Amino acid sequence: MKAFDRVLKAREIARPKITDYVEALFTDFFELRGDGLKKEDKSIYGGIALFHGEPVTVIGHRKGKDASENIDCNFAMPGPEGYRKALRLMRQAEKFKRPVITFVDTPGAYPGLEAEMFGQSQAISESLAVMSRLRTPIVTVVTGEGSSGGALAISVADRIFMLENAIYSVLSPEGFASILWHDSSRKAEAAEVMKLTADDLLKFGVADGIISEDSIFANVDKALSEALSVLKKKGTEELVEERYRKYRKFDERFCGA
Amino acid sequence: MVTAVEERKNKFIRYKNLRENATEVLEGRAKIVIPAEKVAEAYTAMDRVRDIADAGSFAELSCEFGETDPLEFSGYSEKKKALRDETGLHDAVVSGRCTVGGYPAVMAVMDKRFMMASMGIEVGEKIARAAEYAMENGLPLIIFTASGGARMQEGMLALMQMAKTSAVIERFKEAGGLYISVLTHPTTGGVSASFATLGDITLAEPGALIGFAGPRVIEQTIGEKLPEGFQRAEFLEEHGFVDRVVARREMKAVLTKLLKLHSKESL
Repeated sequence: MKAFDRVLKAREIARPKITDYVEALFTDFFELRGDGLKKEDKSIYGGIALFHGEPVTVIGHRKGKDASENIDCNFAMPGPEGYRKALRLMRQAEKFKRPVITFVDTPGAYPGLEAEMFGQSQAISESLAVMSRLRTPIVTVVTGEGSSGGALAISVADRIFMLENAIYSVLSPEGFASILWHDSSRKAEAAEVMKLTADDLLKFGVADGIISEDSIFANVDKALSEALSVLKKKGTEELVEERYRKYRKFDERFCGA
Repeated sequence: MVTAVEERKNKFIRYKNLRENATEVLEGRAKIVIPAEKVAEAYTAMDRVRDIADAGSFAELSCEFGETDPLEFSGYSEKKKALRDETGLHDAVVSGRCTVGGYPAVMAVMDKRFMMASMGIEVGEKIARAAEYAMENGLPLIIFTASGGARMQEGMLALMQMAKTSAVIERFKEAGGLYISVLTHPTTGGVSASFATLGDITLAEPGALIGFAGPRVIEQTIGEKLPEGFQRAEFLEEHGFVDRVVARREMKAVLTKLLKLHSKESL
């Protein structure tokens, strides 16, 4: 399959959304709203739930199932309030010693006037910094499109899985073609060059595993269960140090002596 | 026809502007407004080092890199080679150990001449090593940021530099290190949304454009013109994201004072 076909699949409106994952994989979900500072940003969905009977914190970008739902959650493009809500939930997870599971599916952080005014950059950088040191396991599943810093902001994790048709990239192929070639119509060519598929990112060490889509929920469940059972056995210091080493090394192959 | 005297005078004024980061100067009777872009343009990383580090104190942290071209992107390596010849830099950041007003520190300075100081693996690695060096030697870290964001030609591994630099800086801060971030024109995208906005103390140069999304992207998204001064240093100060806007001519004195204030432990 061509890379751009994956891009189209990753963006399909019929693809399962975070709300579907929450319903299929968890029980007793309780949604938590608001950043505790300014407002509730519906483009990030999160709460507490049980995963095979164990408490976890679940956070993800929220895409809608139709146009009106998408308008309601701003097409999964968070502002700083969304990232600050995610951060609040992560700190809570650390306090109560429950793992964090994040689901990534976003065209990027929202490029808006208010978002800039209230510190989009600072909200993202703080999320990256805090996740890199969080004293509880973090597992990420990239379920659809993972685009730019807006995706990275909730995916600094001990393990990152990608669905076989998910993509993860520095920006959209359209943006890439537009900036580097001044021609956004060369998006398919860009998708090929950018190495944004699950296979590519497994080779780069960005993804730790690929989840086949023949039976999505069962496969995601299995991947999460296995990852968490390994991570939960680690001591906190070991866990945080290993996560640090994982990110510190990008990408040592190119850094010479 | 410009006389030699006028030419010299203009040169001096340009130089003075760069040193002082003046956006308004008097030339004869006319007030000339110089956009921040112009002021920023010709001021290189080594100019910055000369103005901030005490004379003769800067010792560059050497690191050797292989060619970072993970996408094998057409024309990218050639472009970097040409820029290396032109600028004398290996990539978009210079880092070293120095003293500032007598206080030892580690300083890293980004240089826009090198692909808009976008962050690829080499830039990320140099920032990470500067922070590690500061941590190992118990020194404060000062970074002068300027960047168009993640370097697209390096794809996803450029994006990962945001996580890498943030992780290293956070560990350094957790260990008690002082990190002063100085935002210069322009600091945007992946650099703005990683180590640039993680400072214990954040300074910015007058008029510097600082933001996650570029103004044109925002205008296209919201379908209206942005207000005057939007995303400029003064705007960020007003909205609580910058401690102080500091003009270039005062930068060394301000940094010296901050280093002095952190040179003794009270507890």
